[in-house]
Amino acid sequence: MSILVIAEHDNSQLSPGTLNTVAAAAKIGAELRVLVAGSGCGDVAAACAKIAGVSEVLCADFDTYAHEITENTAHLVKANLDGVSHVLAPASTFGKALIPYLAALCDAQPISDISDVVSEDTFVRPIYAGNALQTVKMSDAVKMMTVRTTAFEAADAEGGSGTVTAIDDAGASDVVTFKGQNLSQSERPELTSARIVVSGGRGMQNGENFAMLEKLADTLGGAVGASRAAVDAGFVPNDYQVGQTGKVVAPDLYIAVGISGAIQHLAGMKDSKTIVAINNDEEAPIFQVADYGWNEDLFTAVPALQAELDG
Amino acid sequence: MKVLVPVKRVIDANIRVRVKSDNTGVETANVKMAMNPFCEIAVEEALRIKEAGNAEEVIVMSAGPDKAAETIRTGLAMGADRGVHVNTEESLEPLVIAQLIKAVAEKEGADLVILGKQSIDDDNNQTGQMLAALMGRPLGSYISKIEKNDGGFAITREIDAGLEDLQIASPAVVTADLRLNEPRYASLPNIMKAKKKPIDALSPADLGVEVKNRLEVLKVEDPPAREAGVMVSGASELVDKLKNEAKVI
Ligand SMILES: Cc1cc2nc3c(=O)[nH]c(=O)nc-3n(C[C@H](O)[C@H](O)[C@H](O)COP(=O)(O)OP(=O)(O)OC[C@H]3O[C@@H](n4cnc5c(N)ncnc54)[C@H](O)[C@@H]3O)c2cc1C
Ligand SMILES: Nc1ncnc2c1ncn2[C@@H]1O[C@H](COP(=O)(O)O)[C@@H](O)[C@H]1O
Repeated sequence: MSILVIAEHDNSQLSPGTLNTVAAAAKIGAELRVLVAGSGCGDVAAACAKIAGVSEVLCADFDTYAHEITENTAHLVKANLDGVSHVLAPASTFGKALIPYLAALCDAQPISDISDVVSEDTFVRPIYAGNALQTVKMSDAVKMMTVRTTAFEAADAEGGSGTVTAIDDAGASDVVTFKGQNLSQSERPELTSARIVVSGGRGMQNGENFAMLEKLADTLGGAVGASRAAVDAGFVPNDYQVGQTGKVVAPDLYIAVGISGAIQHLAGMKDSKTIVAINNDEEAPIFQVADYGWNEDLFTAVPALQAELDG
Repeated sequence: MKVLVPVKRVIDANIRVRVKSDNTGVETANVKMAMNPFCEIAVEEALRIKEAGNAEEVIVMSAGPDKAAETIRTGLAMGADRGVHVNTEESLEPLVIAQLIKAVAEKEGADLVILGKQSIDDDNNQTGQMLAALMGRPLGSYISKIEKNDGGFAITREIDAGLEDLQIASPAVVTADLRLNEPRYASLPNIMKAKKKPIDALSPADLGVEVKNRLEVLKVEDPPAREAGVMVSGASELVDKLKNEAKVI
């Protein structure tokens, strides 16, 4: 039996989360296969074949998969389940849309966001915004799940020597048409895999003030995130949102600036290695999870921190 | 056009949940319950579609025990026309819920089903996707915009890298993200009016669905607690600690 990991990529680069997903798959055991669906995605397939522990890469390189249309990818995966015991994808918007759709096509009940592997049929996952951890045993013949990528160390991107097998086009949906994308452009590291994240909340007051956090992030080589309040107020785009219903991050260093620490926000960052909180309200709940709290006006603290780092 | 909105009753988002001492689940006795916030957004969107003259009827449904009717009532008080309650005491997994919603959607001839993207108790984020697959209808997950047009619906999805636009045919299944809209509060007169709106009660068997669960919850535990940290009083102290104590910069 083999474990199938669905690669996430943009046709030229593999998402870092795919490496963590491979690591989760390796923890289950058995032989590892990776499926790459894309268009002009040969480099991605080659990169997957090099991941330590991967024995085979199934590559569907067709126009059908130029964009991540859930329907198309799900039908492709369904057609490639021979000898497969588990299907895993990262718990990104890509994987979270795909896995349940695929599971329903296969009459299976998937689980979302696994944070640990107990055995080949038993997994741990956070519920209630991470306020509880559930251990679940699955009974379907093919077990399907998304993986909380921050909970698993990335697999080695080098060292593997898998084969790449071309697979057939499973056909495109005639009821869904791709119209376009409006993607955030950034030179900074990707939020969910960045080693350092600087996040701002409602306390930032406006979008212009985020320039302070961007500068700080650039000095530290980090990414910029935000609370939902900051996103809702239009300070920054939606893809900055960290939390229960946004992105989950667990960097080495998370700096929360002007964020109160609502449970829904903590859900997305409380597994960070070191947390710094800058807030002028000493009662702010964020201080309860912060390793280093700084009770100060952010408009004083952030420039002072920047100056200190600039030396 | 008919719009169906499946809604779930969950522990209120402002409540801090507690794990039961026997580790079988979380404490639900005497805890404030509410409509799942994403479902409120879904109801709101359905009402806006109707108010724009693009739908004749908004039906709210929920699958669950007697109390689920209260959550349907909340949807009716917001302005939905009628309710469907799939009444069962059994615990329901997303696949079964999707099967129940499919049966209701087909029975009612719904042109659009709007679900929440995620229930905030189990954090599954599954039911809408599963429903679309079971119905063989297009899926618009995590939408922040929807417009009716000749071909069906033009939607904008919130994806990790930004936004994506799709055209999907009708009938369709979509799931609501946070920024789709700001849900209204039910006014007192509307709460009164809602008491008279009809709610059909059905059992899973009436819909031809067998409740068959596949997952077994072995235990529910508290997550590891973070150790209390320290307060710093200035930039140099903070940078020193990050460099020499935490060793993260
Ligand atoms: C279903 C649901 C899902 C949600 N999902 C998410 C999610 O994924 N992510 C998320 O973040 N939230 C989420 N929320 C929202 C969450 O409940 C909070 O409302 C939100 O996190 C608050 O953001 P905030 O901390 O920026 O704002 P606030 O709570 O308003 O806090 C602002 C903080 O800034 C501080 N401050 C103000 N001025 C200054 C200053 N000059 N200097 C220093 N400090 C200052 C204040 O003391 C305060 O602590 C969700 C809510 C619901 C109901
Ligand atoms: N018991 C239920 N009855 C009706 N709708 C539900 C039920 N459970 C989930 N849903 C719908 O499915 C959405 C996503 O839930 P979930 O897949 O559990 O995260 C919710 O926002 C609801 O719209």
